[in-house]
Amino acid sequence: MYSTPTGPDAAPTAPAASKGRGRLVAAAAAGAAAELAALGLIASAAWLITRAAQQPELAALSVAIVAVRAFATTRGLFRYGERLAGHDVALRAQAATRERLYESLAPSGPLGHRGADLLSRMVDDTDAVQDLLVRCLLPAIAGAVTAAAAVTLAAFLLPAAALLLLAGLAVAGVALPAGTNAAARRWSARLAPARAELAARVADLVHGAADLAAYGAGERALAASARADERLAALERRRSLANAAALAAGTLVQGLTVAAIVLTASRAGLGQVPTAVLALTALVSFEPVLPLAAAGERLAEVTAALRRLREIRATPPAVTEPATPAAPPEGPLTVQVEDLVVRHTADRAPALDGVSLTLTPGRRVAVVGPSGAGKSTLLAALMRVTDFSSGSIALNGVDVRDLSPDDVRARITGLTQDPYVFRASLRDNLRLAGPEAGEEELAAAVRRARLDAFVERTGWDVTLGEDGRTVSGGQLQRLALARALLRDPEVLLLDEPAESLDETTADALMADLLDVTHGRTTVLVTHRLRGLEDVDEIVVLAEGRVAQRGRHEELVSVPGYYRDLWESEALTSGRH
Amino acid sequence: MHRDLLRLARTEQAVRVHLFACVAAAVLAGLLVLAQAELLSGVLSGALTTAALIPLALVVAARALFGLVQGAAAGRTATALKSVLRHRLLARLGGLGPARLTARRSGELVTLAGRGLDALDPYVTGYLPAVAVAGVVPVAVLVRLFAADLGTAVIVLLTLPLIPVFGALVGWRTKEVTDRQWRALSQLGGHFLDVVRGLPTLRAFGRARYQATVIRQVADAHRSATMRTLRVAFLSSLVLELVASLSLALVAVPVGLRLLSGSLDLRVALLVLLLAPEAYLPLRAMGTKFHAAMEGVAAADDAFAVLSGTEAGAVTAAARSVVPPGVPEIRLEGVTVRYPGREDAALADVSLVIAPGERVALAGESGAGKSTLLHLLLGFVTPSEGRVLVGGVDLAGVDPDLWRARLAFVPQRPHLFAGTVAANIALGSAASPEEVRAAAVAARAGEFVDALPEGYATVIGERGADLSAGQRQRLALARAFCRPEAEVLLLDEPTARLDGRSEAAIVEATRTLAEGRTAIIVAHRPAMLDLADRVVRVEGGRIVSDRAVTRVPAALAGE
Repeated sequence: MYSTPTGPDAAPTAPAASKGRGRLVAAAAAGAAAELAALGLIASAAWLITRAAQQPELAALSVAIVAVRAFATTRGLFRYGERLAGHDVALRAQAATRERLYESLAPSGPLGHRGADLLSRMVDDTDAVQDLLVRCLLPAIAGAVTAAAAVTLAAFLLPAAALLLLAGLAVAGVALPAGTNAAARRWSARLAPARAELAARVADLVHGAADLAAYGAGERALAASARADERLAALERRRSLANAAALAAGTLVQGLTVAAIVLTASRAGLGQVPTAVLALTALVSFEPVLPLAAAGERLAEVTAALRRLREIRATPPAVTEPATPAAPPEGPLTVQVEDLVVRHTADRAPALDGVSLTLTPGRRVAVVGPSGAGKSTLLAALMRVTDFSSGSIALNGVDVRDLSPDDVRARITGLTQDPYVFRASLRDNLRLAGPEAGEEELAAAVRRARLDAFVERTGWDVTLGEDGRTVSGGQLQRLALARALLRDPEVLLLDEPAESLDETTADALMADLLDVTHGRTTVLVTHRLRGLEDVDEIVVLAEGRVAQRGRHEELVSVPGYYRDLWESEALTSGRH
Repeated sequence: MHRDLLRLARTEQAVRVHLFACVAAAVLAGLLVLAQAELLSGVLSGALTTAALIPLALVVAARALFGLVQGAAAGRTATALKSVLRHRLLARLGGLGPARLTARRSGELVTLAGRGLDALDPYVTGYLPAVAVAGVVPVAVLVRLFAADLGTAVIVLLTLPLIPVFGALVGWRTKEVTDRQWRALSQLGGHFLDVVRGLPTLRAFGRARYQATVIRQVADAHRSATMRTLRVAFLSSLVLELVASLSLALVAVPVGLRLLSGSLDLRVALLVLLLAPEAYLPLRAMGTKFHAAMEGVAAADDAFAVLSGTEAGAVTAAARSVVPPGVPEIRLEGVTVRYPGREDAALADVSLVIAPGERVALAGESGAGKSTLLHLLLGFVTPSEGRVLVGGVDLAGVDPDLWRARLAFVPQRPHLFAGTVAANIALGSAASPEEVRAAAVAARAGEFVDALPEGYATVIGERGADLSAGQRQRLALARAFCRPEAEVLLLDEPTARLDGRSEAAIVEATRTLAEGRTAIIVAHRPAMLDLADRVVRVEGGRIVSDRAVTRVPAALAGE
C-alpha cells in the first residue's frame, strides 16, 4: 500500500460531483417515500375502517384496500433502499472529506508534532460527515416531506386543523431540535473540561501506577479521580434530564395536537370519516418528526467536528510553496546555509538564531549540543518542513524558497525524528523510501542498518505496526536508518541514529555509519562523540546559536561544551 | 442482559434503584399507550363525547411525565454504573501490580476507564428499557386485542413471533459473514489514521502526495466492503418493517370487511387499528437499539475481564510480619519470577545478598531481568519460587505499604502527575514547601524549577508545561530526596535517554542521595557504575557475574 510506484492521479471531476448529488437526492427520496408510505398506510386504513362502518358498497372500499396493501408492502422496501443509499452517500462523503483533509495536510502540513490522540480525534472527526447525512440531514428531509404531506392532506379536510398540525409539527420538528442543539452546545462546553480532568486523573493512575505504589500515594490519587468522576457524573445527570425533558415535550406536543385537532373537527362539525383520517394522520405524522430532537443534539457534535476540520484545513502550511517553483538544481549539490533564524512561535526565543553552514559535495558535518539547542530544527529547515524567518538556504545558488519543497526533499532527506512504522509488511515499510529498489538493494540497506538479524527472524512479509508485530525502539530506529540508506539522497540527514540502542549496538552502528557515509554529503545529529574524529566539521549548537565549530581535535583542545561532553563521555564509557 | 452487569446492578444500591425507576417508568409509559388508544378510538367512533379529550390529554401528559422520569433515571443509572465500574477498575490497578501493565495495555486501560465506559450509555439508557418494554407491552396489547377482537388478536399473535424468528434467522445466516467483514472494515478504516500519523515519514521520502491516490482506493474498497455488509445487515430490519406493516394491512382489511357486514363495532375497529402497531413497535425499537448497545456490552466485557484477572502481589492477609528498624539486609534465596503468558522465567533461581549500606549496580542487556529484580523488592511482583528476605523477614508476609514507605524508587520513565511541581515532588509525603525546595535543590532541579513561569506552583503533567527528559528525571530524584527516612534506594536506569551533561548532574545527585543508604541501581550506561561498590551482571534472568569494584582514585581517573 505504501510502496507501489506512482500512478496517474485521477482528480475528481464535475460529473462525479453531480453524480454524488444524484445519489443524495435518491436517498432522500427513498427516505421520504418510506415515511409517506407509513402516512398513507394509516390514512387509508383509517378511511377504510370509518368508511366501512357506514356500510357502503364494497366497490367503494376497493381503492382503499389496494392502497392499504400497497403502502404496507412498499414502506419496508423504501426504508431498506433509503438506508442503503444513505449509507452509500455518507461513505462517499466521508471518503471525500478525508481526501480533502489529507490533501491539505500532505504537502507540508500544519501539523508539526501533534500528539497521536489529537490525530485520532481528527480522523474521528471525519466520521462526523457520515452522521451529518445519515442521522441529521436525511431524517430532517424525510420529516419535512412527511409533515408537508400531512399538513396538505389536513388542509383539504379542515384548514383550521391544518394550522394546528402545522404548529404542532413546527414545535416538535423545529423548535425542539433547535433547543436540543443549543443545549448540546452549551453542555459540551461544560462537559469537555470535566472529561479532560477525569481523563488526566485516570491517565495518572494508570501510567503512574509504579510511582504511586512506590510512594504510597495510590489512595489519594484514587480519591482525586473519584472526585473528578463525581463532578462529571453530576453534569451528565443534568444533561440527561434536559434531554429527557425535550423528548417528553415531544410526546406532549404530539398528543395535545391530536386532541386539539379532534376537538376542532368536532366543533366544525366535520364528519366521522374525515375526522378519523385527520386524527390518525396527525398522530402518525409526528413519528418521523419526533426523532429530530435527538438529531438536533447530534448536529451540535457534528458541526463542532466539521468546524475543527475546517480550522485544520485553513491553518497555513508550515512552509510556503512558491507559486511557480524554479527548476531544481543540477549536478553535485552544494548547500549554503547563511544566518538562518527559525522561530516556532512569536513569543518564544528563536529555535535557531543565526546559524551558517556550508555543505560541499562529500562533506560530513556533525551537529552536537544539549537537547533543545536547535539540532533537529536545523534538519527540519534543511528538509523544508519548517520555514525560516530570516537568513537563507541555497542549493547550488538557488534559494530553497524558490524551489518546490518536494524537490528539496528529493535531494535532502534521511533519518528524521520520530520515524513511523506503517501497518504494512516489513518490505513495504522499507520500500516507501525506494519504490524501485530491488531485493539486493533492500538487503544491503538492511545489513548496513544492522537490521538483518531482525529480518532473518521475522521474514520480509511480516506485518508491522499496530495490530502487527511490535517493533522495539531500537528496531524502529534501525528500520528508519535502513530507509534512509535505501533512499541514498544527495544530502543524507541522520537525526540521532543511535538513539534507543544499547551501548554495544550503538557503538557498532555509529562506526558503520561513519564508514558508509565516507564521501557522501552528510549531516549527523548526535550526542555520542566517539568516532567524530573523522568528520569534516563539528558544529556545537547551544540555544539556537553556534557555540563552537571545528574539527574534533581543535574542539577538545579548548575548554567548552564539547570538551566537557567528551570528558564526561570518556568517564561514563570507561574510556580512560 | 449482560450477566456481570446485572449482578453489579443488583449489588449496587444506587444503580439498582435508578435502574428500577427507569424500567418501571418506561413500561408504564408503554402501557399508557393502551389507554390513549382506548380514549382516542372512543372519541373518533363517537362512543365517547369530546369531553373524553380531557382524560386523553391527561394520559398524554402522564406519558410525557413518565418519559421524563425514564430519561432522568436512565441518566442516573448510567452515571452510577460508570462511576462504580470506573472506581473498581482504577482501584484494581493497585492490585494488579504496576509491573504487569505493558505500555499498550495501559493505553487501553486509560481509554477503557475514561471514555470507553461511555459506550455503556446507549446500553443502559436505551437498550435496557427497550427490552423491558418489549417484554411487557406486546403482551398487554395482545391481551387487550383478545378481549376486543379475536380475529385480529390471532393475526397479531401469529405474526409477532415472526419478528424475532426472522431476525434470528437472518442474523444467524449472516453472522459469520458480517463478523469477518467488520474485522476487514476496521482494518481498512484504520488505514487513514495510519497514513496521517506517518505523514512526516512519507513526506521525508516524497511519498506524501502519492498516498492521496491510495487513500482514495482504500476508501473505495472500504465503502464497497461496507455496503456488502450493510446489504445483509439491513435485511433483518427490512423483515421487521415488512412484518409490522403487512400485519397492519392484514388486520385493517378484514376489519374493514367485517365492518361492512355489520359484524364489528367501529370503536373496536379503531381500537384494533391503533393498537395493532403498538404490539410490533417495542420489538422494532429494541432491534434498532441493539447495535449501539452491543458496543456497551463489549466495553462491559473488557471492564469485567480486567476486574476478574488474577491478583499479583497479593499478600497473605494472615501473619503480617514487621521488618525490624534500621537499614535492612536484603537477601534473595533461589528466587524465580515468571510472568503469566511467558515461557521463560524473568528471573531464574537468583540468590543474592546485599548488605546494609551497600551500593550495588545491576548491569546487563535490556530484558535480562534487572527491572524485575527491582519490582520484586518493591513488591510489584512476587516470586514463583524462592523467597525474598528483608532484615531477616520474608517479604511475602510484610504489608507492602509499610515496606515501601522505607524505600525510595526512581523508575526508568518517571510519571509526572497532573498537578504542580511541588505536589509532584512531595508525592505521598506531607513535606513542607521548604523541604520540597531542599529536595529539588539536592536533585539539581532547583535551578530549572525556579526558571519555570510559576516556579514550584507551575502545573505540569500531560497538559502542563513541557519538561525535558533530564528535567523529569531530576524531579523524580527530588521525590526520592523528599523521603529522608528511606533506607533503601532503588533506581531504574535514571540516566537512560539523557545527554552527557544531564547525566553528570544526575550521577552527582545520586551520589549524595545514596549516602548512608542501601542503593540498588540498574545501570544501562556505565556512568552510574562509577557509584557502585559492586557490579552484578544479569543475563537471561540469571546472575552471571558479581564483583566488587576496585575504585580508581579520582586523581588518576582522567588518564
